[in-house]
Amino acid sequence: MAEARPAALPGWRAGVPARWRGTTAWLIANRIGSGALTLLIVSAVIFIITGWLPGDAAQEALGQSATPETVAALRAQYGLDKPPYVRYFDWLVGLLSGHLGQSFTASMPVTELIAARLPKSLVLAAVTAAVSVPIALAIGIVSAMWRGTLLDRALNIATLSMVAVPEFLVATIAVLIFAVKLQWLSALSNAVDVSTPTQFFRTYAMPVATLCFVVIAQMARMTRAAVIDQLSASYVEMAVLKGARPARVALRHALPNAIGPIANAVALSLSYLLGGVVIVESIFNYPGIASLMVDAVSNRDMPVVQACAMIFCFAYLLLVLVADVVAILANPRLRHR
Amino acid sequence: MIRSLPIAGRVGLFFVAAWLLLAVIGPSIAPHPVGAVVAPDVYGAFSAAHPLGTDYLGRDMLSRILHGARFTIGLALVAALAASITGTTLALVAATAGGWVDEVMSRLMDTLISIPSKMLALVMVASFGSSVGLLILTAAVSYTPGAFRIARSLAVNVKTLEYVQAARARGERLPYVAVVEILPNMVNPMLADFGLRFVFVVLLLSGMSFLGLGVQPPNADLGSLVRENISGLFEGAPAVVMPAIAIATLTVSVNLLIDGISGRARTVEA
Repeated sequence: MAEARPAALPGWRAGVPARWRGTTAWLIANRIGSGALTLLIVSAVIFIITGWLPGDAAQEALGQSATPETVAALRAQYGLDKPPYVRYFDWLVGLLSGHLGQSFTASMPVTELIAARLPKSLVLAAVTAAVSVPIALAIGIVSAMWRGTLLDRALNIATLSMVAVPEFLVATIAVLIFAVKLQWLSALSNAVDVSTPTQFFRTYAMPVATLCFVVIAQMARMTRAAVIDQLSASYVEMAVLKGARPARVALRHALPNAIGPIANAVALSLSYLLGGVVIVESIFNYPGIASLMVDAVSNRDMPVVQACAMIFCFAYLLLVLVADVVAILANPRLRHR
Repeated sequence: MIRSLPIAGRVGLFFVAAWLLLAVIGPSIAPHPVGAVVAPDVYGAFSAAHPLGTDYLGRDMLSRILHGARFTIGLALVAALAASITGTTLALVAATAGGWVDEVMSRLMDTLISIPSKMLALVMVASFGSSVGLLILTAAVSYTPGAFRIARSLAVNVKTLEYVQAARARGERLPYVAVVEILPNMVNPMLADFGLRFVFVVLLLSGMSFLGLGVQPPNADLGSLVRENISGLFEGAPAVVMPAIAIATLTVSVNLLIDGISGRARTVEA
């Protein structure tokens, strides 16, 4: 991605003036374009799985005793009688304009359901990021600086084990210790009032701690790799040879160059949140969008499932996009074009 | 071979071997039938009669975990094998054919990898209902692109080596070059990757079962066991935590084993 593009470009790219190609802005625009294309294909895949066959959504909503006429009427109401590609196009337009259809079970517009839940999930994700990033960076940088020592090896085994632990083990043990034995916190996080710091802490402590557990381990490992990559570069060897102290080598010489790769690692690690949040919201009864989706899957409430799946895939692609853009921006070869 | 493993790797190897053995013989050494209600009290604590306590109906947890482990390990092995074999095969085709075949397949896999595995699983279960076959298919499909990426980059590297060039020069056909010349040099890293896929699949499937969307009753994998006993959490019952600990010992030990093996591979190269 960082390399300059070859002279012969296929299709529409050939029409772009040569002086634009290979610039940072061009690379980023290219990356955003391919991200948008991926999102479009992902939406098609999700629609094919969930909506290509109209299935028996109408039949299920009305029960077995419904007459064929009422089922057909309801199909028409949901728009299930149209051919698949028309329904896909309608759905896509609806996604872009915020009209996501009617929930089968809640008899409410999907947009309203999501509008009530999405901010809560974003708060959970933001608090988790705010807690996990500093800790993970500290662990990653420390273990890279003292690479090969007992501390580094201990941290390696610890983080290696943490990434493989299922979220529900961390969550259940947290509940056992803090809610059952010590009785410091409530086991459910569905409190409506989080206005005071104490209430905020009581609501968020356990879900955030559970999410942080896996994310920190992942991020620390990737940060360590990024810093070690820089520490093995020849300019670092030069700094060591001229007699700079290890702390100065790491913080003054290596770290500024490692910021790009580290930011890349942070963005990629945060995408692991998306899987974890599904489990954590369910176990703590947290009223976010992931628990909305799990309920919708159990009830086969397809419009809600489709909308939630698209939101999660969009968030994932956005994080990967940010990681790639940061990597492009951090590439010193492109800095002075 | 075992001697060159670091201590953590040996611990991992021991637990992996123990779990594989238990997956085979577990159900036959289980002290009680899997569905039998054997104790008068529900959510019993650790005792001599029931070493891991009893569940929400008064069934023996040890027996349930031994049966659940076979489910978890069996499903994950099948799905991870399918993902690794499919990924490696497609990668060999892409790398040896090159050109537009490689381009199209790589693009397709890049798109598939952009759907988080848990989202794919939730969407599949919402549309088709949960069944063992569907869970295996979903897990295999969502971890194939990862295996493809690793295998393709390995195959492309091996392809440029001189002995492969020599085979091409003496007129061997592409399938021969792929299977006889390139594949043997990819086996070790792909085995380590297979271990990783196995861990991912175990976590995915037990997570789905924990949500009640995975393995359905009367069958139960380790994730279902956590779910069905979750109301005992507030009584501090071992029935909730024990199956979760069982999953963690399995996945953590696979990770430690892989790290031990590939760490050794790195030192050999250097």
